[in-house]
Amino acid sequence: MIGRRTLLTGTAAVLAMPAIVERVGAQSAFDWKRYQGQTIVVSLTKNPRADNLQQHEKEFESLTGIRVESEQMPEQQQRPKMVMELASGRPSFDVTHFSLHVSKRVVGSGRWLVDMRPYLADRALTAPDYDWADMSPGARRAATQPDGRIDSLPLETDIWLIYYNRQIFQQKGLAFPKTFDEMLATARKLNDPANGIYGFVGRGVKNANVPVWTSILLGQDQETVTPDGKTLLTDTPAAIWAGEMYKSLLRECAPPGVVGFNWNECQTSFMQGKVGMWMDGVGFTPPLLDPKVSKIVDHVGFGLMPAGPKAHACPVFTDALGIPVESKVKEAAYLYCQWATSKAMLLNLVNMGGGASPRLSTYNDPTLMKNSPFGQEWLATLLASMKIARSGLPEIIPVTEFRDVFGIALSNMVGGADVAAELRAATTAFKPILEQSLKT
Amino acid sequence: MSATTAGMPVAPRVRPTGKRNYARRYWLFAMPAAMVVVAVILFPWLFTLVMSVNDWKVSGNVYFVGLGNYQHLFRDPRFLWAVARTLYFTTAAVIAPMLIGVWAAVCFASNFKFRGVARTIFIMPMMATPVAIALVWTMMFHPQLGVLNYLLSLAGLPPLSWVYNSTTVIPTLVMVETWQWTPLVMLIVLGGIASLPIDPYEAAVIDGANGWQMFRYITVPLVWPFIVVAAAMRIIDALKAFDTIFVITNGGPGTSSETINMLLYQTAFGYYDLGYASAMVVVFFVLILLVTGVLLRMRRWEHGI
Repeated sequence: MIGRRTLLTGTAAVLAMPAIVERVGAQSAFDWKRYQGQTIVVSLTKNPRADNLQQHEKEFESLTGIRVESEQMPEQQQRPKMVMELASGRPSFDVTHFSLHVSKRVVGSGRWLVDMRPYLADRALTAPDYDWADMSPGARRAATQPDGRIDSLPLETDIWLIYYNRQIFQQKGLAFPKTFDEMLATARKLNDPANGIYGFVGRGVKNANVPVWTSILLGQDQETVTPDGKTLLTDTPAAIWAGEMYKSLLRECAPPGVVGFNWNECQTSFMQGKVGMWMDGVGFTPPLLDPKVSKIVDHVGFGLMPAGPKAHACPVFTDALGIPVESKVKEAAYLYCQWATSKAMLLNLVNMGGGASPRLSTYNDPTLMKNSPFGQEWLATLLASMKIARSGLPEIIPVTEFRDVFGIALSNMVGGADVAAELRAATTAFKPILEQSLKT
Repeated sequence: MSATTAGMPVAPRVRPTGKRNYARRYWLFAMPAAMVVVAVILFPWLFTLVMSVNDWKVSGNVYFVGLGNYQHLFRDPRFLWAVARTLYFTTAAVIAPMLIGVWAAVCFASNFKFRGVARTIFIMPMMATPVAIALVWTMMFHPQLGVLNYLLSLAGLPPLSWVYNSTTVIPTLVMVETWQWTPLVMLIVLGGIASLPIDPYEAAVIDGANGWQMFRYITVPLVWPFIVVAAAMRIIDALKAFDTIFVITNGGPGTSSETINMLLYQTAFGYYDLGYASAMVVVFFVLILLVTGVLLRMRRWEHGI
């Protein structure tokens, strides 16, 4: 006798058949096995995106017959390793994972990575269902160098949001803030150091802290440099307003010692139920909902970045994959990049809470969040953030120096220094570095 | 040829037996070692010197700038502060382990119950991997969730910010360094104490000397060469300290624990400015040479040379 469950499963399979047939047809027309037998070395930055790739690596090997040797390294080590090896002309990898907001211009100026435009246009190399136009305009812009070369494929767009502790909010009878001014007022009300509760936490350690400040600055409808990347906008009244907001949030409402906090210390404080709000990237969600490490699994809320006086924007930081021009197996490496940034893999990424997909189609997929542990609030925040996303860091070559110089100023502010004086001094210090970089 | 020797038979040249001169062939045996020295020491140093007189960015062109990098270095407040912090850290990270290490060596030189077990436990920090130690300390330093502030609260003391405060960061890093390297000082000095003759102590007892006087006037002068060796090793190690600082603070908060090592690493591998970083390396090397020279001089004074 056919049970109801069996009948439903069978019906679903029949209904899904056209889509499956279409997909198989598309796949069969494309020869994934063309480079079977080759081996590629993949250098990954340690984060949930890399976890997603490694978890599904065997599927790629079965699909293509290409052997993958991949390794994950913390970004602090992987970033300089990648640049130094590319500069040496003998990189040890065939695919590299990197942050466009940190390394885009430096790899672009060295012309170290393969221009993928001919590959994307080649039907023998790019599967018919890959669809480059499906990448969001922002992601495509991020992956394109100023001279028009597309030397990487976007893997993830890390939007920033506000994680909040519902329980602490309910205890104080407060609602989630909609503007930065409201956020500061709410953080002050939540702050209860006598009971070990703090209103807000965000990165205070130099370099890592800069995106917190730039996120607030976007609320003034301003970025840190002019669109041509030549003039600093870091000591304007808007920048000073953002600095004052950053200083107040961290100095008045954050746990003691926040000036030394990177994202991991912030995450730990938040997971232990000590903090009302935490501003950081969406990719840090999974541990918050893991009962083995988090004490607030049932109380985590996800909120949209508050609006500023002039704009409502959310910073975005893009990860990508590139292929060194010296690679001996460029085509096999390209197949890997293509698979890693395919619709199916980026859907997996969102479902595992590893970050936001740069593909528009991901958010129309009927299976999105079907078996995901993350709720609809998470998805709704993600979608709303994507609509107001803007670049969170300037596209300049000396971006690490930028983050260090202004990061030190921000750390000094948390220590009590005058915001305007610090930003002016940092602007003066960084201006010649930027000008020098424009000459190279 | 003179007239007296003309016509005389010339004696055949006899090669001295048993005294063959092999000196000209010795270089063949030294070649492998010499090649290694040239490849891994001399060449990198010469290359560093070359880079230090050039504007050498990873993704840009290379321009000869002469002593420009050096001139910039001595006008760069960030570098000058890094030098000051390096000296501060080194001084503290040498004095503390030396004092505690010598005291511990004197303690372990005397007989007491479970001495062997206590000594084994005491030297354990030295055997652990610095990066692993640094990660554990980082967790313990967390101002809200770290075990150190919990222990302070049990004792009724207020919490500290440890490495999360620009004032306390270097003393806290010195504490980690002291915890890890005091055992080394203890072992070196203990070896010295173990080799001391017993006679001076017997004579001192007969003369009525007390414990402090025997330590001050017999033990310290006799183990002084060992103390100098331990101090030399500590100074060089403390000047080179990188791994624990990198893992625990990465030079922060702000730049308050940024030593020369941290700054030159960031300049080379964060800013990719190899020329400027090379100039820092050269200056740092000269600094280490000067310190080592002073220490060698101290050893010579000790031996009356």
